[in-house]
Amino acid sequence: MTRDILINVDTLSRHYGSQRAVDGISFELRRGEVLGFLGPNGAGKSTTMRMITGNLAPSHGRITINGIDILDRPKAAKAHIGFLPEQPPLYCEFTVDEYLRYCARLHRITRHQLAGALDVARQRCGLGDVGGRLIGNLSKGYQQRVGIAQAIIHNPAVVVLDEPTVGLDPNQIREIRALIRELGNEHGVILSTHILPEVQATCDRVQIINNGQLVLSDDIAALSRQAQTSSLLLRLRRAPDASALLHIPHVEAADALDDGRWRIHHPPGKSPAAALAEHAVNQGWGLEELTPEQRSLEDIFMEITSRDASSQMTPEAA
Amino acid sequence: MILTIAGRELRSLFLSPLAWVVMAVVQALCGYFFLLYVDIYLQLVPRIGAIADAPGITAMVVAPLFSTAAIVLLLVTPLLTMRLISEERQKQTLPLLLSAPVSMTEIILGKFTGVFVFELLMLLLIAAMPLSLLSGAELDLGLWAAGVLGMVLIVASFCSIGLLMSTLTAQPTVAAVAGFGVLLLLWVLNTAGDSGNELFAYLSLLSHYQPMLRGLVDSTDIIYYLIICLTCLMFSIRQLHVRNGTQ
Repeated sequence: MTRDILINVDTLSRHYGSQRAVDGISFELRRGEVLGFLGPNGAGKSTTMRMITGNLAPSHGRITINGIDILDRPKAAKAHIGFLPEQPPLYCEFTVDEYLRYCARLHRITRHQLAGALDVARQRCGLGDVGGRLIGNLSKGYQQRVGIAQAIIHNPAVVVLDEPTVGLDPNQIREIRALIRELGNEHGVILSTHILPEVQATCDRVQIINNGQLVLSDDIAALSRQAQTSSLLLRLRRAPDASALLHIPHVEAADALDDGRWRIHHPPGKSPAAALAEHAVNQGWGLEELTPEQRSLEDIFMEITSRDASSQMTPEAA
Repeated sequence: MILTIAGRELRSLFLSPLAWVVMAVVQALCGYFFLLYVDIYLQLVPRIGAIADAPGITAMVVAPLFSTAAIVLLLVTPLLTMRLISEERQKQTLPLLLSAPVSMTEIILGKFTGVFVFELLMLLLIAAMPLSLLSGAELDLGLWAAGVLGMVLIVASFCSIGLLMSTLTAQPTVAAVAGFGVLLLLWVLNTAGDSGNELFAYLSLLSHYQPMLRGLVDSTDIIYYLIICLTCLMFSIRQLHVRNGTQ
């Protein structure tokens, strides 16, 4: 697979008056990649998305889509983008087919390619049986799908989805996530969300944005490694002294917790679990529980965003 | 691309009851005035028939009808133009156009074309009314054509002014009220002219319309309306750019 760069964002900033909604963000998106854009509310996610899709001009910085600068040649650049804003841009008085046909023509799909494009988009988004229904009468989930169909009908290189699963039921969320993964196979996808499991379930790479700045940019695998354990939870029926535990190799500290359990700290990657179990059996401590502690993506997110907030006391919003 | 946007605009208009009600009301009012003017003419014929060079049926019926029609259209056009951009902004559908490979100019021209074509349909029906007299009388078709041209031009400027108001706000009703205010002001500006201010009289929409109803097609009047349209369209395009931050 050619991993060509689809989006290149270079020191992008946007100010609203004296407020910096987005402040010097740079990143890239390659083909076949799903990039999760994560951040608390008002961190600048939507502003960034709107700038990438040409809905808002940046104060500073450059955006190139497929090598085309979006400020110099907006029409050529926008032809490669499909965008689903936070609020899907639907005309409620139209039927699904009428609406998608209009979107296709806006994206300069020729008359004889139109039927094919419509079929593909409808089928991918599971809209097969609602083509003749009025958009205004559809449920929120279906409206969201029409919004996604609108973003992919012209088969763009880049699909930008701003919080696509908000307000959907769990089943619909699962379907939309599967669709996003599928899109990620041949397109580049940028997905903005503040739902962490969504990122873990769908994305290859994560960027966390806070107060308009990128505070983390890493792929999911590396992030999972970072989330790896450096502590164990241990419950013993007949607990020995802490000193007995500390004699076991790789145990750095042993804290007694309130609920009768112990937290055993160890160097990352060197788990004393086997040794602990062995000692517990040999000395009759009565081993009841031994669990490696996982740091979730949520913990990392909380740590990064709150660390940033405390070092930068000016409250900012987008 | 302009036609695609115009087509959607027309479609949305006809899918809403507003367009049909506006059409019906305009048609009913103009029909009533048409009959009224025909009636007045019939009452006057015996008296003015003897005068040489008396005004004919075209001047007595067609001109007043077109004059009244313009006022009726002035009243309803802001209701049709108010939704053009403000509703897209209010319902947050504008990103669809802004992220499509379409320029701001195409968006504005498409919107303008859509609503203008709708107004032309109404004009068609109004212009056809006096033609029914052809079955029993002779009409001055040159005078009629000059009046139709005048109506087309004045309605085009109504549409462009309404469109500009619609780009300025996200509230369709605000756009309607503002558009109505501007149109009415431009309409009555010439009454200030009576007290001696030639400039105001010259700027009035009405003072460039009346000569055409008398059959006088002057290129300055045509250019006046074209300038109004172009200026409003250019400001509308600029306004979209400003909102987008690309200025």
